[in-house]
Amino acid sequence: MKTLLWLQGLTCNGNTQSLLNAENPYIYEIFSKINLLYHPSLSIENNLNEIIDKILDKEIKLDFLIVEGAITKNKNFCKIGNYSISDLVNKLKDKAEYIIAVGNCAVHGNLPAVYRENKDICGLQFKFEEKKGLLPSDFKTKSGYPVINITGCPIHPAWFTQVLMALYYDRKISLDKFNRPKEIFMYLPHDGCTRNEYFEWKTEAEEFGHKEGCLFYNLGCRGPMTHAPCNKILWNRISSKTRAGMPCIGCTEFNFPVRENFFDTKKNMGIPEDIPLGVSKRAYIMISGVAKTLKNERVSKKLEDTE
Amino acid sequence: MPKAIQKEKKKLEIVKVACKLFAQQGYYNTTIPDIAKELGMSVGNLYNYFKSKEELAKYIMQYSSSLLGEEIKKINEMNISTKEKISLLVRRFIKIAEENPELIDYFLRVFLSNREVFSGGCEGFLCVQEVVTEIMLFLEEGVRKGDLRNQDLFTAFVTVMGPLGGLVFLKGENMLMKTLIEYADELAENIWRALKAG
Ligand code: SF4
Ligand code: SF4
Repeated sequence: MKTLLWLQGLTCNGNTQSLLNAENPYIYEIFSKINLLYHPSLSIENNLNEIIDKILDKEIKLDFLIVEGAITKNKNFCKIGNYSISDLVNKLKDKAEYIIAVGNCAVHGNLPAVYRENKDICGLQFKFEEKKGLLPSDFKTKSGYPVINITGCPIHPAWFTQVLMALYYDRKISLDKFNRPKEIFMYLPHDGCTRNEYFEWKTEAEEFGHKEGCLFYNLGCRGPMTHAPCNKILWNRISSKTRAGMPCIGCTEFNFPVRENFFDTKKNMGIPEDIPLGVSKRAYIMISGVAKTLKNERVSKKLEDTE
Repeated sequence: MPKAIQKEKKKLEIVKVACKLFAQQGYYNTTIPDIAKELGMSVGNLYNYFKSKEELAKYIMQYSSSLLGEEIKKINEMNISTKEKISLLVRRFIKIAEENPELIDYFLRVFLSNREVFSGGCEGFLCVQEVVTEIMLFLEEGVRKGDLRNQDLFTAFVTVMGPLGGLVFLKGENMLMKTLIEYADELAENIWRALKAG
């Protein structure tokens, strides 16, 4: 049986909460296939020290090392037994077949790394955009992959379980420039958003929570420039932020905690400073101008009043 | 000469003549036969180039817009300060106005005065998209670089285009004492001072 060990650094436990919500496969299905060696929130009897010793003594083969939370060497901020989280990662890094960083903190440092009093907080292989995490930029695990990064604040459980299952069945996965699995992160929340028609015709919502209107121009939606399949793999299989009328706040990107004014689109002379990925500003302005001039009757009405 | 290029050349000739007649006699008083006659071509042949007077009227606007739009695009792509860009913009606009007075006349006397002609497919900014887009890009970049004061797009837009239109209008009315280009520096300075940050 393949084995999995879950460690936590500086974390709010959000990705673990997410994991508990996993469906298809459910958490117990996963851990009937994979031996869960230890999880700080789920294990009662297993002793982490013993498990680590056995891994180091090669009594246990470690397949998946999962890290949730940001990394620090400073034990005043994060101490597990007598170790810091960085001690534990360093001990196990060459033993694991795969290391998967779950959540924006383990990947980029995220919110903990913004803290000014402790400057050594980072992700496993990145600190924000730079490859200045705990492990060297050219680090690879035994399998030949670098740390496989699953960003999100928190992650969607299916993003993790799909990647885990792919690796479990020895499938090859390709990674993007932040070492995120392409299959998951090649999509944008904008892809599949129910508000696409409003985006197309530049009909903009002024308030949260309404069924009509796109949230891009007034409310800061980052859906068109964030990598995440939130409108393809729905949350709780039901909905997503943008479907519910809340803008995407770009929680899967390295700059998530350092951006300002999440609910406001930065504009210069009324033109958004950041525009959807893949279009030039010239093209964006042109097409918006045309769309605004040529009205679409349907999107200018309340949905209940349409035919 | 390839056929397509030949056709474009002829279209341009038609544009120039139509522009002049429309501006002189008014849009409604000018007929397709008038334009054909002035060009020395048959009415039937003219219809090969434009299916209707309205189509010709719209084409003239699109043509003028891309002429000016291309020039502004070149300025936008230059690596110079916002202030220098304004100065170049004013100069290029004046140059085009001097080289193609009929286009300016047409804009002022036909496009702005007969809006109903331009309602189907030429409303709003549709026929002048290139110019509007390039001006918007210029303004956005100016704010992003911290050179221009952030404000509503339309107030900024008319602050750039209004003075230019006004000056060529006065020129058309023969009110100006000097040549257009002699006003360029002062006008550019006015636009810059009106838009700059701080
Ligand atoms: S709400 Fe956001 S994700 Fe949805 S269409 Fe608008 S910009 Fe795209
Ligand atoms: S919609 Fe945006 S903010 Fe929300 S979970 Fe997806 S990527 Fe994160």
